[in-house]
Amino acid sequence: MTARWFSPSPRGSTLPHFALCDYDMEIIQHQPAFARRYDRELTGGPMIRFKVNGKDRTFDGDPDMPLLWYLRDVAQLTGTKFGCGMSLCGACTVHQNGAAIRSCVTPMKEVGGAEITTIEGIAPMHPVQQAWMEIRVPQCGYCQTGQIMQAIALLKENQNPSDQDIDVAMSGNLCRCGTYQRIRAAIHEAVKHQAAKETA
Amino acid sequence: MNLIENVSRRTGPHVSRRGFLQVALASGAFVLSVRFVPPPLFAAEGEAAPAFDPSLWMSIAADGTVTIVAHRSEMGCGSRTALPLIVADELDADWSKVKIDQAIGDPKYGEQDTDGSHSVRSNFDLMRRVGATGRAMLISAAATQWGVPQEKCSTEPHFVVHGATGRKLGYGELAAAAAKLPVPREENLPLKKRPEWRYIGKESNSLFDLPEIVTGQAIFGMDAAMPGMVFASVEHPPVLGQKIKSYDDQAALRVVGVQKTLTIDTFKPPHQFQPLGGVAVIADNTWAAFQGRKSLKIEWDGSPHSVYNSAPFRKTLEATSRQPGKVVRNVGDVDAAFRQSGKSGGTIVEAEFYTPHLAHVSMEPPVAVAEYRDGKVLAWAPTQNPQAVQETIAAVLGIKKEDVICHVTLLGGGFGRKSKPDQVAEAAVLSKQLGKPVKVVWSREDDIHFDFFHSVAAMYLRAAIGSDGRPTAWLQRTVYPPINSTFDASAKYADDEMGLGWNNLPFDIPNHRAENGPADYHVRIGWLRSVANIYHAFAIHSFADELAHHAKRDSVEYLLDLIGPPRIVKLELTGDEAEDAKTFPLDTARLRRVVEVAAEKSGWGKKPMGKGRALGIAAHRSFLTYVATVVEVEVDNRGQVHIPNVWTAVDAGTIVSPDNVRNQFEGAAAFGTSLALFGEITATNGVIDQSNFNNFQIARMNRAPRHVDVTIVESEAPPAGVGEPGVPPFAPALCNAIFAATGRRVRELPLSKTKLA
Repeated sequence: MTARWFSPSPRGSTLPHFALCDYDMEIIQHQPAFARRYDRELTGGPMIRFKVNGKDRTFDGDPDMPLLWYLRDVAQLTGTKFGCGMSLCGACTVHQNGAAIRSCVTPMKEVGGAEITTIEGIAPMHPVQQAWMEIRVPQCGYCQTGQIMQAIALLKENQNPSDQDIDVAMSGNLCRCGTYQRIRAAIHEAVKHQAAKETA
Repeated sequence: MNLIENVSRRTGPHVSRRGFLQVALASGAFVLSVRFVPPPLFAAEGEAAPAFDPSLWMSIAADGTVTIVAHRSEMGCGSRTALPLIVADELDADWSKVKIDQAIGDPKYGEQDTDGSHSVRSNFDLMRRVGATGRAMLISAAATQWGVPQEKCSTEPHFVVHGATGRKLGYGELAAAAAKLPVPREENLPLKKRPEWRYIGKESNSLFDLPEIVTGQAIFGMDAAMPGMVFASVEHPPVLGQKIKSYDDQAALRVVGVQKTLTIDTFKPPHQFQPLGGVAVIADNTWAAFQGRKSLKIEWDGSPHSVYNSAPFRKTLEATSRQPGKVVRNVGDVDAAFRQSGKSGGTIVEAEFYTPHLAHVSMEPPVAVAEYRDGKVLAWAPTQNPQAVQETIAAVLGIKKEDVICHVTLLGGGFGRKSKPDQVAEAAVLSKQLGKPVKVVWSREDDIHFDFFHSVAAMYLRAAIGSDGRPTAWLQRTVYPPINSTFDASAKYADDEMGLGWNNLPFDIPNHRAENGPADYHVRIGWLRSVANIYHAFAIHSFADELAHHAKRDSVEYLLDLIGPPRIVKLELTGDEAEDAKTFPLDTARLRRVVEVAAEKSGWGKKPMGKGRALGIAAHRSFLTYVATVVEVEVDNRGQVHIPNVWTAVDAGTIVSPDNVRNQFEGAAAFGTSLALFGEITATNGVIDQSNFNNFQIARMNRAPRHVDVTIVESEAPPAGVGEPGVPPFAPALCNAIFAATGRRVRELPLSKTKLA
């Protein structure tokens, strides 16, 4: 089960769906953090096979372990960040078969057969990274890999998003430094880079 | 993958500073190594100032690589880039050949607490001197080699040039010879003229770590690792000061991946930066440690702080604010002026303001890796203050401060929380018990429950209005648990907070008194981005706008009238504040200027606003920087607040990286939005009610200001600060706009407490 936050919207989008300025409590509280069974003894599970950044991987540990902690503590791919553990902040955003997911609420048992892409699997400089550099988006930078993964997923679906499209797609990604204005500008900038790359 | 090696790539060899110098020398590097003792460069309190030793800060290798030491932490404000840029400028180095080595905690660098928006302010002259020293010695070495007078030589990036013959020698080629020369005396040291600056003040500057950040290669504290480390998650006492009565870890130990549990002693008051205490679950990975904690059964004993309930506490604070407090500034005779106003039938305006506790919630929760071995500790941490790490661990473990080596990673935000290294001390305590390196990871819930909170505050303001609408008397009282309670359990009155927007009101009022009343603490109180300025500015600038309304005057015009004519405001300051005031007098001409610029940029008074839409202004000087902010607000039929535009004008004196300054002030608007719209931490029976971003919300893209326009007012004054000063004027400017839009005066934060529709 992938958290509903990222399940397909009525329009078939893989982006989080919530109305502009309406994300508040109702949206957030409907995030079904996947069922955590704290009351039972956790045991090792069956072998899970999947790919991370194109490489075959296997996992036979706790099947409820979120992908985030597999990536960070087991695979040591630390570009994916921990921020909340409840799909509230987006710092842990990676791609599952090309769609943005929150790895902190995606249990390992849900990634069998999947192709996972992390920031380390994005060949630099991707047009989105290039735009992030040019607009000089980051301050502390901690949330930015999640922001970039979310933006890449957005641009796959919508090659020329409006400000409102960007707000809808990106409002699940928190930035405490408050770089939102630059993130929006960088996504518009990335559209130009992407177009230039395609014509080249 | 060895993550330590990964860190080293950007932060230098994993050896002591002494070791570093030896390594550098062995590789033929130019290390400025002759010491002399100049007048004290650092104002380290109660400690002898370190001598000026340029080799601490810089070296040049034979291949021309310039290594500059960053001794301030990078938490997103740009200090790690700004200080080396200053060195590189005076050295006339090619920035692409500069490598930055992040300093460990060590008093030889002077003060290293990256707080108070003062990294550039306190180090600008020193960094220039370091760079200029290197440049002078390189020129001297080249002149000697060519047999020409030094005066005939100049530099271009990374080369010394002899103009007459066009000869050039690279810095790398000159390094070995330059290293043998004496260090020039400060008075003989030529510094670049302002127009000669190559990097300082230039638009092209960007963060040194930018490429690593966007590719996920940057190493934050959360990413630090040591070979053989285990993971720990700590169940802290829910109420400050509670101790473990008993605990049962049987279920926790059955969780796959959990290795064992350990206890950490509860601190002895005052809590300072000591660990809170509790039960730590040690595991193979972070997830297992988190899971194990869910299965712990712990009984805690009592704590005097379990009486803490936010609603009655607020009433106590407010009651205190209605009583006379300790006077912290007195101009004229307020009481006589109020009496006079009463006799002559003048208007008295009174208002009370309230702001709640706030949590920092930097995106990276507290985390640290530490290893205790043979009486020494090696730590990697995202800390604003590596020397506090040394001091805290030394005190908790009873070892020497010098035996704690603290490496500083990038910080995933700090905002003041990461000046306090309690989680690093936890890692050290656990490592000592376990005999292996430990990584302590705080969950978001831990971060919010066990923060060093921004203080809850109540303020009372009273003014007498003369016939011209201007105040003849202004009394202001503020009450809150002080930050000093973290260091002295008996502290009830504020200390440094008074300088944060309370004892330095810049208004031209003949009779003025500022007071501070006592309050008890029940949670750990700390400083959060701009600290007491947040509540002080909210009360003062909301009140100023109320007076403008009473006087039936335009807010901007009235504000300029309150500030009064251009002058240096006389303040009664002591200690550091008095020292600062010599270099940074409170100059109302600069304050007026930012008000005028922000108003002009916003089209104040010139554009039709429509229903539910209006502008509001506030101007506040903090961390010696002058800031005026105009917020445009739109309040819809449901009372939902939208912020389409913000205009901020800032005079921070000399600027190193203008684009970064704009980024800081754009971010401050989002930070201000978070605290104005949502921010509230409350306690019930001593336990914090909030836990994650669902019930302690911060602004998301769709609620943050849509457009923030930052104007940097050109200034050649000494550099002041940019990390914090954008925050204080935001909430009052927003609330003043809401008043203009709706007629509802907001005297309490967050805004969610006030019904606007």
